Amino acid sequence: MDNNQPISTTAKGPASDAKEAIPPAASGGVTQAAIVKKTAPKSDYKPADVSPQRRVQRSFTVRLWSIRHSRMLEWFYAKFADMFLLLHPLWKGIGYGRVEAPVKFIEKRVKGFMFDCRMCGQCVLSSTGMSCPMNCPKQLRNGPCGGVRANGNCEVEPDMPCVWVKAWEGSRNMVKGDAILNLQKPVDQSLRETSAWLRVTAQAAAERGTAKQGASS
Amino acid sequence: MTAKRPVQPDENPEGIHLPLDPLPGHTSRGRLERVLRRGEFAVTTELNPPDSADPEDVYNRAKVFDGWVDAINAVDASGANCHMSSVGICALLTRMGYAPIMQIACRDKNRIAIQGDVLGGAAMGVANMLCLTGDGVQAGDQPGAKPVFDLDSISLLETIRIMRDNGKFLSGRKLTTPPQLFLGAAINPFAPPYDFRPIHLGKKIAAGAQFVQSQYCFDVPMFRTFMQKATDLGFTEKVFVLVGVGPLASAKTAKWIRSNVPGIHIPDSIIARLEGAQDQKAEGKRLCIDIINEVKEIPGVSGVHVMAYRQEEYVAEIVDESGVLKGRRPWKREIRRDDQLVADRLEHLLHDNVTETQVDMVKTAH
Repeated sequence: MDNNQPISTTAKGPASDAKEAIPPAASGGVTQAAIVKKTAPKSDYKPADVSPQRRVQRSFTVRLWSIRHSRMLEWFYAKFADMFLLLHPLWKGIGYGRVEAPVKFIEKRVKGFMFDCRMCGQCVLSSTGMSCPMNCPKQLRNGPCGGVRANGNCEVEPDMPCVWVKAWEGSRNMVKGDAILNLQKPVDQSLRETSAWLRVTAQAAAERGTAKQGASS
Repeated sequence: MTAKRPVQPDENPEGIHLPLDPLPGHTSRGRLERVLRRGEFAVTTELNPPDSADPEDVYNRAKVFDGWVDAINAVDASGANCHMSSVGICALLTRMGYAPIMQIACRDKNRIAIQGDVLGGAAMGVANMLCLTGDGVQAGDQPGAKPVFDLDSISLLETIRIMRDNGKFLSGRKLTTPPQLFLGAAINPFAPPYDFRPIHLGKKIAAGAQFVQSQYCFDVPMFRTFMQKATDLGFTEKVFVLVGVGPLASAKTAKWIRSNVPGIHIPDSIIARLEGAQDQKAEGKRLCIDIINEVKEIPGVSGVHVMAYRQEEYVAEIVDESGVLKGRRPWKREIRRDDQLVADRLEHLLHDNVTETQVDMVKTAH
């Protein structure tokens, strides 16, 4: 360190002559963040149903049940998707646009009850052990962040089991559990609040159509 | 001006701020990739970002590491606390010839802003980028901020890899000059789900990670298990692993970190060792060196990432005393012959109080 020639890029050197003030080391956790938290206005009204991270708080019983029974749900989901695909002519006959409202209504309620679904419109439950990744406060779709607590709970919501810890457990029960290794594309935000069931069905029908064409020609 | 400039290893003779010559098999034109691909034990560190608009603050903080590290991480609002941006720090550091690792966190920017920053950073000469998810906003001093998390660390890696290798934005629009980058990611083998962590590393490699920096390692046996699994899966051949290490200031700090900073695992034995020491600060440093000496022997480890938050002055000592560089001297900004010439000339003009006439000048010129 003997070679400390002045390296100034500003015309007049440092902005001020005062020595750079380095704040005292955080001792015992007196950070600005702690001060902000301490001085936040307190009131008698504490929302019971929404956490500070604007997440609807509910018990995780059903969600965790779904993950424990991921294998059964995987089987059921496959059958259900086949049935939906069989009904493709019906959907097409009525018009996907017309069936959208009732299907979305049911999808939102059923998946909301079972998985706390957030209607991202691009369901990846089969790749995430039936644990909805959109419930992760960071909405990670490719794996856990580095902040998972030692007890397996979320760093942001200390009471919630980490979505990805559960996803890993759920995927181990599933036949095609290794789908958890797939790289997921970023969420297309323009598909929010749309029906993933109808989208998947329409896509599968289109694929089936091209496959048939390919086979016949 | 006839004498040749003394050129340091991994330096562009045309200027320290310029990218290095491309080498076959290298995706970036930076120093860190060269060091790692040569098989040398790399040392990286983290710059404590200033809460100021003065470039000198950045230079002063970077100067502490001169000649001891191969690359400096420019953090992107770590812990969700606002500081000078990583793009800004990188702009300043590249100007001075340092090799910064630009961290990109997904918390604050959507895919449009991030892809723009990648191009901007690469244009300034940033050769290394580290893709992170980022801490949640609740961790910082502005918990009311909107968390973005448009991409996650893995889709971010893939996005930048597509920009570099395919020369395209995520939308498919073409780039006229793609960025040349060495891509990094973070790993934390010390948080659940432990079985998934090595596989998750594989996902990051598949998405484009070429080097990874780990979270603080205080539990060497746990890290060894992780590396064993990663090696068995064949991942350590595809990625350079830099182990995160750092000195703990005292047992009290260690306890505070353990209960307040998510994702950092400090075993009881470490705290007991610190508590038992006379000088806890010195013991913290000693402990860090011991951990470095242990992890550097683990197969698959290519370097260390020394994070000495607010103890930056110890980085040089830690690197020196642990001897990981084996006598190698990382790049250091040094005065060169032409710099000296300019300095002498300026000195002469400013202080010698001369009034030269054109006639005199012509005489001395001949």
